[in-house]
Amino acid sequence: MDKRVTFRGWILPLLLIAPQVLISAVFFFYPATQAIWQSLFIPDPFGLSAQFVGFGNFEFLLGDKFYRASFLTTAVFSILVTLCSMVPALFLAVLADRLIKGSGVYRTLLIWPYAVAPAVAGVLWLFMFNTRVGVVSWYLGQLGYDWNHVLNGGEAMGLVVVASAWGRISYNFLFFFAALQSVPRSVIEAAAIDGARFWRRFFTIVLPLLSPTTFFLLVVNIVYAFFETFGVIHTITAGGPQQTTTILVYKVFSDGFVGQDLGSSSAQSVILLIVVGLLTVVQFKYIEKRVHY
Amino acid sequence: MKNSLLAGLALSGTLLTPVTASAATEIEFWHAFTGRLGELVTAQVDEFNASQSDYVVVESHKGNYSETLNAGIAAFRASEQPHILMVFEVGTATMMSAKGAIKPVHEVMAESGADFDPSAYIGSVKGYYTTTDGEMLSLPFNSSTPVLWVNRDAMSAAGVDPDTDMSTWEQVSDVLDALKAGGEECPLVTAWQSWIHLENFSAYHDVPFATKDNGFAGLDTELSLNGPAQVAHLTAMGEWAKDGKFIYTGRRNEGGANFRAGECALFTESSAGYAGISSEADFEFEVRPLPYWKAVTEEPQNTIIGGASLWVLEGHEAEEYKGVGEFLSFLSTSNVQASWHQNTGYLPITLEAGALTKSQGFYDKNPGTDIAVIQMTAKQPTPNSKGLRLGSFDQIRGIIDEELEAIWSGDKTAQEAMDSAKERGDTLLRRFESANK
Repeated sequence: MDKRVTFRGWILPLLLIAPQVLISAVFFFYPATQAIWQSLFIPDPFGLSAQFVGFGNFEFLLGDKFYRASFLTTAVFSILVTLCSMVPALFLAVLADRLIKGSGVYRTLLIWPYAVAPAVAGVLWLFMFNTRVGVVSWYLGQLGYDWNHVLNGGEAMGLVVVASAWGRISYNFLFFFAALQSVPRSVIEAAAIDGARFWRRFFTIVLPLLSPTTFFLLVVNIVYAFFETFGVIHTITAGGPQQTTTILVYKVFSDGFVGQDLGSSSAQSVILLIVVGLLTVVQFKYIEKRVHY
Repeated sequence: MKNSLLAGLALSGTLLTPVTASAATEIEFWHAFTGRLGELVTAQVDEFNASQSDYVVVESHKGNYSETLNAGIAAFRASEQPHILMVFEVGTATMMSAKGAIKPVHEVMAESGADFDPSAYIGSVKGYYTTTDGEMLSLPFNSSTPVLWVNRDAMSAAGVDPDTDMSTWEQVSDVLDALKAGGEECPLVTAWQSWIHLENFSAYHDVPFATKDNGFAGLDTELSLNGPAQVAHLTAMGEWAKDGKFIYTGRRNEGGANFRAGECALFTESSAGYAGISSEADFEFEVRPLPYWKAVTEEPQNTIIGGASLWVLEGHEAEEYKGVGEFLSFLSTSNVQASWHQNTGYLPITLEAGALTKSQGFYDKNPGTDIAVIQMTAKQPTPNSKGLRLGSFDQIRGIIDEELEAIWSGDKTAQEAMDSAKERGDTLLRRFESANK
């Protein structure tokens, strides 16, 4: 069953994987080992001296209820960002796929937000929802709703989720759109002849056929929500109010680069490394089984 | 992908920065000023460069206060540190503990042979940056203190006499009621809440913010910001917030935009808000001393400073340090200081610069601009009002901000919030203590 092409010698395969290994070594293995090493110390900010504390940094972190709460915040944030960026993207892709004329225009317009850097997107949304001068908060005020994400944790979370998901909708849209194009017309037509209506065809045929794309996007979006939303959070809430939007990555930054506490910051990156490792295992072991290629 | 592109742009930006090609010794100066303040710093540097030909000071802006400090620290770790780094008062304890990374200013001055007389500096400013033995570690650069800004037009519009006495918070409380009743939507707004309503509040009422003389006497200090005086003040503020009399806009000086636009009646902000307010406000404004609670103290102590000082970093040539000394002594001259004080609202750091400003008639022409100076220097500082010297203080301020937000939103009582701030802050102080043993 398994068809394998094997190399005869060792040198060529080694040469071929060398660039990847080199890149991983420089940008992953080296910094990761450094992080593990540094997580065992409490150094001073200037790197002049360091106190060995063993697992002291980890004890300190896990004893901090705000750090433990940050796990939950991260989970809620990642799930919301993933949902809010994938569901609308799929919906838009389905609609764009049905278009006969002008789909190119829609496609182009829908892709634009992806060109906006997260930090810039954060500033855009912040301006719209600014509690005193924002356009949206002004309209909400007219409707009798007092928008204040500076003090209200739920609103702050909502705002960072929307700002993070917004640009990603474009990215997801592209993939869904391409995948929809490759769903064989004959299968859909056969179902239509059998009398299945649009949404029935969508849920029983199209969605399962999209599963490899959906799975890929799920992984990519969770990774995005974990690591790349930093700019949005930094510009909109800086983790506040009361740490309700402090996700794990943001805490690594704020403890390490604002607090100069590199020991705690390193310990957090080690924990994050483990979390992401586990998450990847879960995704590939359990979810991928349900994906049909 | 996008991030790496941005990084690339930023990098090429730095590479393209014009490098002055000359035989003069270059001195790098990293600061945190933009806008009007940035222009004024550039003007000072240009004036120094034009005044002599041995040294060229190259100034660069490195982001806000926190970012500038981080840039300096990161540069030091990479052995690329500038000669002079601007560090805000919050980073003082961090810098002081970094023996081996900093070169004390008194040493730089002694070696360079530049004019330097520590007694020329205003005591309450100097005290913040001086060791217990009286040795000056960094040069005070921009120092300010909080005052009460009043929009007189907004007061009149709400039917409140703009000349009402607002020396005490009791009086302010009545004014807020009247403003609210008169239809004012933003009676009170503040900038830098922790600095004004806790750090300065404590000094002003002569109650400790932290044990061990606010950290001056040792690293084993603990926060004591949950005392009855602070809690009473924050409880009152919390109630004002609930009734829409105090409007919370953010952790930094976001409220300044609202005040300058004429939307708010009262504004507690640094005296250095002067540069922005005087140029933007198209209403009649006035500076008043920071209010105090009559119930807590009969007469207020002094307020403490905020702002930044200049630290000289280790690892450069003796010849370069000579230039650093020249530049720092240039910055302290009366003319430079007086014009800085008059343009920005920052305090004059030398007694002579204050006297010069007075003799030039500036205070008479701009009433209220001397209030900050008087507020700081009227009384001999006590151990509670000398300043703060706490490690990890930037982060502790973040914690305080969070807890204050919990009060404003009504999630916690002032007592609960401050107890929690103390507990969380103390953990960081213990970590800082063990990192700097």
